[in-house]
Amino acid sequence: MVNLSKYRGFFDLPLTTRSRVAILVAALLLIPTYFLPLWNMTLYSNQFPDGLQLDIYSFKLEGGQSANRDDLQEINSLNHYIGMRPLLESDFSEFLWMPLVIGFFIIFALRSVVFGKMHNLVDNLVLFLYFGLFSLWSFYNRLYAYGHHLDPTAAVKVPPFTPALFGSKQLANFEVFSFPGPSSYLMVAFFLALVLALFWSRKGSAT
Amino acid sequence: MSKKRKLQWMAAAVCAAILVILSLYSGCARKPRVQRGDVASSAVATYVAPGDMDEFYLFYSGGHSGQVYVAGVPSMRHLATIPVFTPYPATGYGFDKETKAMLGEYTWGDMHHPALSQTNGDYDGRWLFVNDNANNRIARIDLRDFKTREIYGPIPNVSGNHGSSFVTPNTEYVLAASRFSVPLPMGTYAPIDQYAGTYKGVVSGVSVDPKTGKMNLAWQIITPPFNFDLGSGGKGASEGWAFWSCYNTERATGKLEVTSTQRDRDYIAAVNWKAAEKATGSGKVKDLGGFKVIDPKEVPGVIYFLPCSKSPHGVDVSPDGKYIIGSGKLQSITTVFNIDKIQQAIQGQKFSGNEDGIPVLDYNAIKDAEVNVGLGPLHTQFDDQGFAYTSLFVESAIAKWKMGTWEVVDKIPVSYNIGHLCIPGSDSMKPVGRYVIALNKLSHGRHVSVGPSQPESSQLIDISGEKMKLLYDAFTEPEPHYAQMIRVDRLKPIEVYKKEENTNPNAIWDVKQAGVSRSGSNVTIKMIAVRSSFEPTAVEVNQGDFVTVHITNTEQTTDELHGFALNAYNINVVVDPGETKTIEFRASKPGVFPFYCTNFCSALHQEMQGYLLVRPGGGAVPRVAASR
Repeated sequence: MVNLSKYRGFFDLPLTTRSRVAILVAALLLIPTYFLPLWNMTLYSNQFPDGLQLDIYSFKLEGGQSANRDDLQEINSLNHYIGMRPLLESDFSEFLWMPLVIGFFIIFALRSVVFGKMHNLVDNLVLFLYFGLFSLWSFYNRLYAYGHHLDPTAAVKVPPFTPALFGSKQLANFEVFSFPGPSSYLMVAFFLALVLALFWSRKGSAT
Repeated sequence: MSKKRKLQWMAAAVCAAILVILSLYSGCARKPRVQRGDVASSAVATYVAPGDMDEFYLFYSGGHSGQVYVAGVPSMRHLATIPVFTPYPATGYGFDKETKAMLGEYTWGDMHHPALSQTNGDYDGRWLFVNDNANNRIARIDLRDFKTREIYGPIPNVSGNHGSSFVTPNTEYVLAASRFSVPLPMGTYAPIDQYAGTYKGVVSGVSVDPKTGKMNLAWQIITPPFNFDLGSGGKGASEGWAFWSCYNTERATGKLEVTSTQRDRDYIAAVNWKAAEKATGSGKVKDLGGFKVIDPKEVPGVIYFLPCSKSPHGVDVSPDGKYIIGSGKLQSITTVFNIDKIQQAIQGQKFSGNEDGIPVLDYNAIKDAEVNVGLGPLHTQFDDQGFAYTSLFVESAIAKWKMGTWEVVDKIPVSYNIGHLCIPGSDSMKPVGRYVIALNKLSHGRHVSVGPSQPESSQLIDISGEKMKLLYDAFTEPEPHYAQMIRVDRLKPIEVYKKEENTNPNAIWDVKQAGVSRSGSNVTIKMIAVRSSFEPTAVEVNQGDFVTVHITNTEQTTDELHGFALNAYNINVVVDPGETKTIEFRASKPGVFPFYCTNFCSALHQEMQGYLLVRPGGGAVPRVAASR
């Protein structure tokens, strides 16, 4: 058995003021994720030189909208030829639980600011890391499922595919770019700010 | 600063830098990629200076506008519209007796494929044939004066004449085929669930009188209910054959988007029209819809099916006639069939099945190559250098490939979603090359906005070099499908009808001959139109009279056209120099109605006018004063 008692002291360390401020800032960084996209996909082809846009938020799916085009509807129209399921907001349970979980992380971070113990912060970090990785895995699974569960009676038969999670990939006549959006960067920043807070309190609040 | 501190700062800086680079990279990677030509070289290549002339005529089919558009290449300027299936007040088409009779009961047509007449496999510049997909007709335009001279049809038993109006090498026949199979003869009812067995398609040859151009259905073959799509006349090595692609060999109904796209291969029908001629002549035919048709079960050897990749659209015969190129629009390959192998397979009975008694040839025995052209291949054209060019609808591009090695050597994106493409002479035995015109289906964002009804886009591409080069975007009204291009020196259109050639018995050349005659309630007016008056200038008739006006434009100078519009009677004709046109109407409305010249002619064009005075019958209808 590993003797965990020697770490106990570390988990009980009080957080420095600097760390608490960092955690507060981190919590605030999550607020804009309610307005900004988590991920963006852009689909280029010869006939869409400006690219069809798809923005994925924590709570909704939004296609590029302009006076002359609704990108989500266009993407679904094109995908029906290869027998892909239409992208429907109601099919994504993520849009229900994600905003709730992000709110939870904000409150949880504020709790660390108030209680000011290292174990609060470590909880924040570990759970958030889990949440981040789970979300990425779940997103990848979504991409896989849409590209693999194709209607066998579709007019155009294409081999099953998975769009790129990150970077670009050629899918039929489309070059599909997939990149994190501002909300993902904010979440990374949230995580880094918590790491910084941990770093600043690694020897307790001696100051 | 301690070493540790330094490391910590560096770690933080790297983290920040990665974030910044990532966001910049994702931003940069997603720039718009609008297809543009090189301004300087393209301008020089397409600019036809004032006073200079174009090198090629381009005849566009006008799709559901029912008209032919004529443009000059390389300027791509629209020069004229030749009305064919739709009345066109600009030239008075569809208002005079002759053109009204030609249009018959229809006021529109869906024109897809123009075909220049050929002699010895070369454009002879005599006629342009165009099909009507909607009302099963073929029209013939005389290139001597760019006028529609004949509308033939509805062709017996043909339903949806899409696979038309391709010609054979000596214009023996213009092809015609059914895109929408129906129970035959026309007018027969059969429930839709009997489609596979009871509904029938046909492929046919419409003969063309070599002197007059007059058309007549010559032979027709009854087929399973497939949807015949594009056609092509064999030539050279394949002379005597005609080819049609067909989809829905599933014989499906309902949502064809799904139901007709389940088989991996459909067919190209290969028809031995010399055998069809013979069978028709020898009486091995049965009556259907008032015409003698060939049942292939009873006449073996007239028709075969070549398996072609899924839902083929275009079928195009190479200039030497050796290769038949078929493109399955739902696969990324174009198949090259070899006519020698086809004939050997027929002789050796290498069949892989049959459809209602029509042999299906063994695919592997007849194909020379599968060319990996790209997504959504539709049509193929040929240049004079041994290259083929295939339009790619889904990819929105043209692939250039080498005949013989079957390698794709170049690709150019087009804006957007190309359908047909056109190279001068491509469908003859003497391809000219130089340019390819991409006839695109979508033009969104390539022109200033004109609201939801969008023009179509035609792009001029230089194919004289190794790489294809975009030169020019042109826009037309809806909706060109295929087009034909011919060197300007191959046509010598007249601009004036010589007086001595006018054989119209109602033509008059002297104002003394002008006047009104009456026979019962039929009133005949012989009228002269010349700068800047009509003679007679005033005509009186009784309400209810049937009025016939023969108008002769006695001018003998180019561009001196005169219009004749009769207000409130929905009449406007335009009479060309030296031409006589006839209009007929019943003078049902009493009053005084001005007539005037609509086509600007001279300094006193505004004064070129007169009055039709209609005396009321029965006295119950009040007089209407003519405005001055």
